[in-house]
Amino acid sequence: MTSVTEASPPPPPVRRAGRGPGRERPRKAVDHGAWFLVLPALIPILVLSVGPLLYGVLLAFTDAQSGRTEPTRWIGGLNFQDLLHDTLFWESFRIGLVWAVGVTVPQFLLALGLALLLNQDLRLRWLARALAIVPWAMPEVVVGIMWRLVYNPDAGILNETLRDLGLGSGRDWLSGLATALPAVIVVGVWAGMPQTTVALLAGLQNTPRELHEAAAVDGAGAWRRFRTVTWPALRPIALAITALNLIWNFNSFALVYVLTNGGPGGRTRLPMLFAYEEAFRYGQFGYAAAMGCVMVAVISIALAVFLAGRLRGGDDA
Amino acid sequence: MRTSRPARIGQYTALLAYLVFLAFPFLWLLSTAFKPPRELGSLHPTWIPEDPTLGNFRQAFDEQPLLHAALNSLLAALGAAVIAVLIATPMAYVVARRRTRLAKAVTGWVVVSQAFPFVLLIIPLFLVLKNLRLINAVPGLVLVYVVWALPFALWMLAGYVRAVPPELEEAAAVDGAGRVRTLVSVTAPLLAPGIVATGLFAFITAWNEFFFALVLLKTPEKQTLPVVLTHFIGAEGVADLGPLAAAAFLATLPSLVVFALIQRRITGGMLTGAVKS
Repeated sequence: MTSVTEASPPPPPVRRAGRGPGRERPRKAVDHGAWFLVLPALIPILVLSVGPLLYGVLLAFTDAQSGRTEPTRWIGGLNFQDLLHDTLFWESFRIGLVWAVGVTVPQFLLALGLALLLNQDLRLRWLARALAIVPWAMPEVVVGIMWRLVYNPDAGILNETLRDLGLGSGRDWLSGLATALPAVIVVGVWAGMPQTTVALLAGLQNTPRELHEAAAVDGAGAWRRFRTVTWPALRPIALAITALNLIWNFNSFALVYVLTNGGPGGRTRLPMLFAYEEAFRYGQFGYAAAMGCVMVAVISIALAVFLAGRLRGGDDA
Repeated sequence: MRTSRPARIGQYTALLAYLVFLAFPFLWLLSTAFKPPRELGSLHPTWIPEDPTLGNFRQAFDEQPLLHAALNSLLAALGAAVIAVLIATPMAYVVARRRTRLAKAVTGWVVVSQAFPFVLLIIPLFLVLKNLRLINAVPGLVLVYVVWALPFALWMLAGYVRAVPPELEEAAAVDGAGRVRTLVSVTAPLLAPGIVATGLFAFITAWNEFFFALVLLKTPEKQTLPVVLTHFIGAEGVADLGPLAAAAFLATLPSLVVFALIQRRITGGMLTGAVKS
């Protein structure tokens, strides 16, 4: 069972030929049965995902508020005009971009290093593999709590270690205006490494070993082998996971909510935190929906540019 | 391929650095969870509690309705996982086997749904669920979790389906088995491990989820574990760190255990899902 589901090679196409009538019948039956198979999932998707998303976009053009008795009115682009002049939102947006890039890039580099190590025959590999997965399994709230304990100014291990090493008396990392965002970014990197590592490791294990060995025989050094053999094979997965990481990180919420709740003085207030407060603390549904729309638009454009640039550059790879 | 000695040493040093970076926050959580208040207040905290205690765990249960929250979490996660797998498996089968426009549309939705910020989804859902009187109720949360877990479940399951050779199904058909019979006695048994893995993965993501639960569940007796955990946070004195750590550790255990069970399959599923589409 395991071998079939996990590592079966693609079936040889030859066998499909010359079986004319035998395969007509089931194929046709699938076409009729397909809708029946698809509907149970399609209905919830339409009702609870596609529908609400369109509804959400429409809300952005209304003055919808929570707990209001008057009917909601259509106000056109007024929310977007207000957003344009909302300096707090743009500041939050800027922080969101710094956070997303600041987390995604180190995440990728560290995960690539770890994946390359885990692909070697090293002795503690099993332990590293297990540990590399742990952050993935933890609730984000717990990750946040855990790092609050690490960063705690008095009882935290970070300050204690710094004191032991004679590097000053430590500081209040999460409340310092200058340190809060970097401190939060470190947690983001830690929490997001597993997915990236697993994806890259899967890609590495797909690269042909023989090519590697052939290159080594030809006298290529480790760096040359990485550039010419490993990276071309890894590239599609690396692009996909980086794009996903950018989106996920830009839209992340729970970690920072637990660590700083956007403080100090809004220094770590990611766009999602901002929109959450707008919607569920102040009840401005329409305005918050407009923020969501702007976030989608900007992320889509950024991704399109990123992917278009990368894919074009990689045509020959 | 031989690796030179200095290179080996470099590799082990790097691996050790990774191990420390990955493990130390978790070890610190454990250490804090077992420390008595006196040690927590000490100016020189130690890695290993000098006088380990279970008092933090007792205090955590006294201060917050942890058991009740765990039950809510369990209901929400189980409900979401079972429903998501039940409805996602047939669709994943169609998406993996047929190259129709519908299959493409579903794949497109899986990708697009990743890009939408949750605010844009939760505001309309909040309004809809409010009309259905499903706010502040676990069933409402289950509905949201099902849709939220669907994209990844579809992605993983489609990968598992692709790994089942169509030739097996065709052979059964040639032997005279009907469509349903083929699906039930040939495809389903081969898919079973993948279905279980996907269900468990959906369980973990729902168990760990925070944002939707925060928005949808208002009263403490309805809230799930992650939301209840955040009540510990706030103006915490040093003495409250112990119960906080203890509760956080307990909330993580189920996810860790389940994850350990399916770890290999998750990575395998991601691989088949990613490489063959």
